[in-house]
Amino acid sequence: MTDLNLIRNFAIIAHIDHGKSTLADRMIELCGGLSKREMTEQVLDSMDIEKERGITIKAQTVRLEYKANDGQTYQLNLMDTPGHVDFSYEVSRSLAACEGSVLVVDATQGVEAQTLANVYLALGNDHEILPVLNKVDLPSSDTQKVKEQIEDVIGLDTSNAVETSGKTGAGVPILLESIVKNLPAPRGNVDAPLKALLIDSWYDSYLGVVILVRIHDGVLKKKMNITMMSNGATYQIDRIGVFTPKMQDKEQLSAGEIGFLTASIKSVSDCHIGDTITETKRPCENMLEGFKPSVSVVFCSIFPVDSSQYDALKDALAKLKLNDASINYTNENSEALGLGFRCGFLGLLHMEIIEERLQREFDLDIITTAPSVAYHLKLSNGTEMILHNPADMPDLSTVSEIKEPMVKATILVPDEYLGSVLKLCTERRGVQLDLTYVGTRAMAVYKIPLNEIVFDFYDRLKSISSGYASFDYELIGDEPSDLVKVQILINEEPVDALAFLCHRSEAESRGRQICERLKDLIPRHLFKIPIQAAIGGRIVARETISALRKDVTAKCYGGDVTRKRKLLDKQKEGKSRMRQFGKVEVPQSAFIEALRIGDK
Amino acid sequence: MFKPLSVYFHWPYCKSKCPYCDFFKKVQKNVDETSLVKEYISELEYYQNLVPQRKVQSIFFGGGTPSLMNPKTVEKLIETVFCLWKPQENLEITLEANPNSDRPHLFSDLKNAGVNRLSLGVQALNESDLKFLGRTHTLKEAYKSIDEVLKVFDNHSIDLIYSRPHQKLEDWEKELQQAVSFGFKHLSLYQLTIEEGTVFFNKGVQALEDEKASKMYQTTVDFLREHGYPRYEVSNFAMPVYESIHNKCYWQGDDYIGIGESAHGRLNISEQNFAYVHPHISEKLSSHERAEELLIMGLRLQKGINKTHFKEICGLDFDTFIDQEKLHTLVAEGFLIDKPNVLRATDQGFLVLDKLVLELF
Ligand SMILES: Nc1nc2c(ncn2[C@@H]2O[C@H](COP(=O)(O)OP(=O)(O)O)[C@@H](O)[C@H]2O)c(=O)[nH]1
Ligand SMILES: C[S@@+](CC[C@H](N)C(=O)[O-])C[C@H]1O[C@@H](n2cnc3c(N)ncnc32)[C@H](O)[C@@H]1O
Ligand code: SF4
Repeated sequence: MTDLNLIRNFAIIAHIDHGKSTLADRMIELCGGLSKREMTEQVLDSMDIEKERGITIKAQTVRLEYKANDGQTYQLNLMDTPGHVDFSYEVSRSLAACEGSVLVVDATQGVEAQTLANVYLALGNDHEILPVLNKVDLPSSDTQKVKEQIEDVIGLDTSNAVETSGKTGAGVPILLESIVKNLPAPRGNVDAPLKALLIDSWYDSYLGVVILVRIHDGVLKKKMNITMMSNGATYQIDRIGVFTPKMQDKEQLSAGEIGFLTASIKSVSDCHIGDTITETKRPCENMLEGFKPSVSVVFCSIFPVDSSQYDALKDALAKLKLNDASINYTNENSEALGLGFRCGFLGLLHMEIIEERLQREFDLDIITTAPSVAYHLKLSNGTEMILHNPADMPDLSTVSEIKEPMVKATILVPDEYLGSVLKLCTERRGVQLDLTYVGTRAMAVYKIPLNEIVFDFYDRLKSISSGYASFDYELIGDEPSDLVKVQILINEEPVDALAFLCHRSEAESRGRQICERLKDLIPRHLFKIPIQAAIGGRIVARETISALRKDVTAKCYGGDVTRKRKLLDKQKEGKSRMRQFGKVEVPQSAFIEALRIGDK
Repeated sequence: MFKPLSVYFHWPYCKSKCPYCDFFKKVQKNVDETSLVKEYISELEYYQNLVPQRKVQSIFFGGGTPSLMNPKTVEKLIETVFCLWKPQENLEITLEANPNSDRPHLFSDLKNAGVNRLSLGVQALNESDLKFLGRTHTLKEAYKSIDEVLKVFDNHSIDLIYSRPHQKLEDWEKELQQAVSFGFKHLSLYQLTIEEGTVFFNKGVQALEDEKASKMYQTTVDFLREHGYPRYEVSNFAMPVYESIHNKCYWQGDDYIGIGESAHGRLNISEQNFAYVHPHISEKLSSHERAEELLIMGLRLQKGINKTHFKEICGLDFDTFIDQEKLHTLVAEGFLIDKPNVLRATDQGFLVLDKLVLELF
């Protein structure tokens, strides 16, 4: 049993690329969690996609043994957190399991939008925050200036801030020492009945369902019978352990500690994140506060390119959901694209990651429709509905009110790009809430409809600011909106998979954009094909694919027949993979390209 | 009655390679003709064994540049064919020649060797386009060869390539006018195709845009129709009675054998179809495959596909084989004409023939 005073539970929070993962690696190394040989770059990001994109998606935990200057050995439980806004929900969970946060700020960059967002989350969890100025090995680092920013913009005391380099390892021993000194020890009662927070759960192919817990009171032991307080389900503990970051078995976990357990739980869906776990024969009285359930904010439909892959897609989504409860999906049947799924995600990046995993880990060819947010509709008959699929759009005459989700967006940008950033925000129906300066950079705060953000906002922001703008947002409720459904007609026939919902002011330009793209993507036919965008019955954009002018082989003799036939067979096969709309054949790739977000 | 057979000899050598040409050919001097002839003859004998009961309706020396052959070799090969099969009465023997100036008696020698139809590959009727097409002959040499061919032979044809990059319709019309004035019995006029693997392809030479090319094609067809050369195949035009027997055999689905490197053949033996590639490597074609070929090739003819003939060759009923619903649409839209025993393309249909064929499956 570890003395509570010798435990420190902390999260590392940072803006993306400020060096959080590298620094975590250095700490692990210094505490001997892994030998040099075992250290692959950024051990904490375990998924390929995380490694490639350099972002952490799932929170990771590591227990370190640290021998401090006072001669005592401390147990440090370090939680890495996702750096992206889409996953602030996961950040909150990690934060709820800790008492303090290490705030990593790149000393060459200073405070960025996600620095702020993460700090606010940490303060919301009553965390003690230890500022760390990282990358001090770089000549362009300016610790003094960045400290001032932290004081001015965030209002944190920086007198005990630590200067580190994740690259050289400089300052890391001091950081460990400061964690012990400045971050609070957990509180709890070892003798009280077991009370543990279910932080996360996932499926491991060897161990089955694994649960990550933070013990608040009491002791968790092997063979113990436990109860999930939300539904009364009971299980017997098989294994208990911690990550060092390798899995290491333990006999028990006691108050203040973080670790994992397995208990022959069949499915991850039996584990409710935020639930309280207690001992069956000696239950605790009150449940922990838990978490708000995650809400899907971005939706799209996913279809297999080849309809025979429908079952494979279904299985893949189910597998992904096992370890990512925030994916939601229901069946969908599209006239154009066949059977598929309507899916909800935490945000655009989350959506992209899932799409990518479906393609790469499950080797599926998929088509995804334009992303949409969830609109709140009040109907004239008094009922309400949530609308995120253009296919479900009711007749507007039966709708009395439409509301769309709004976000508060915080953007930090060097002064010289401010003009274009403000313009972009205005174009996206943003309303300015605040405009201040952080050193030489401007910090603009806007209220913007979420729908404007999911549609290529971040890409545009990056490109107009040469990559210098940083951006974060939080949802702030719904506001009335003038929503329309734009239909795309190919040869006078509406194509359901291409329909989308958007604000009236953008309907025309986005409709035109899709028409223009389709014009180049649909091969010429024997007749000319009008491509139109329509709102209700009104055509707002039109392009025409002119009829095929010439397609005949000039020279075809006895020696060319075989080749011609084989070519024809190949074309026929290609044709069978096209989707038919009346007389028009549309290649699958046209859907993928036409629906691709942003500029090509 | 004996079924007709056509014999194709491939002579795979050229003086130099033209940048647009993807035919199988090599540039080689001092070709060992004697051993080649031996090989050709043993091939002929192989086929004679396979289909002894045929009447030869045509012989074609193609290439490559078969006019580089020794006329004696040509003679020897023709003789051999006649030893192996009976010739049909009005048998056609064609040889493809390139204009040249270094062999003064070439054309009369070829005539004496037995050739009775000469196809002259002129390709362009102006100096700069000849150069662009990488031809080894000048305009003057072309004129000289044209004169000789017209003098020596009764049946003759000229090859031209048009829709060259940047070619103007008016300029092509002038060349057409000139081509007609020579008095050839037959014209093969090909729109330039940028074939994969050729020098033009690798250099990124672009074919004329479809819009212009389609206009140029239709102008050509109309002009020749008025001047007594109706189109009988996509790129072939002839005075009545002078349509090439040999080339029609490909489009009608008659039997032919291919002799020489890379040459192809098709034989229908006891109601089964075989495709051959030199040296007599055979592949059995399914009825369906052969039907596809007959459709691809047959619609290229002005007279279209004879449905009875179609069934005789591949064994499938034409109207069942074709997607009838598509057919009706295409007929209604003016691309095809469907008669009880014949399906053929309209002028509008000829421009998009490849697409029509694809639609009909
Ligand atoms: N020069 C220097 N580069 C660093 C340091 N820490 C991290 N980096 C680099 O900064 C980039 C982002 O680091 P990473 O740890 O992935 O950031 P994260 O997104 O916050 O986890 C990587 O290319 C690191 O190699 C440092 O102290 N000095
Ligand atoms: C096999 S070539 C041989 C003829 C002969 N060697 C010559 O060059 O005249 C037959 C004809 O096909 C045509 N041809 C070859 N390549 C072509 C291309 N890429 N596009 C259009 N016509 C082509 C030419 O008109 C050529 O005369
Ligand atoms: S066009 Fe004729 S001469 Fe030119 S390379 Fe082809 S076969 Fe040889």
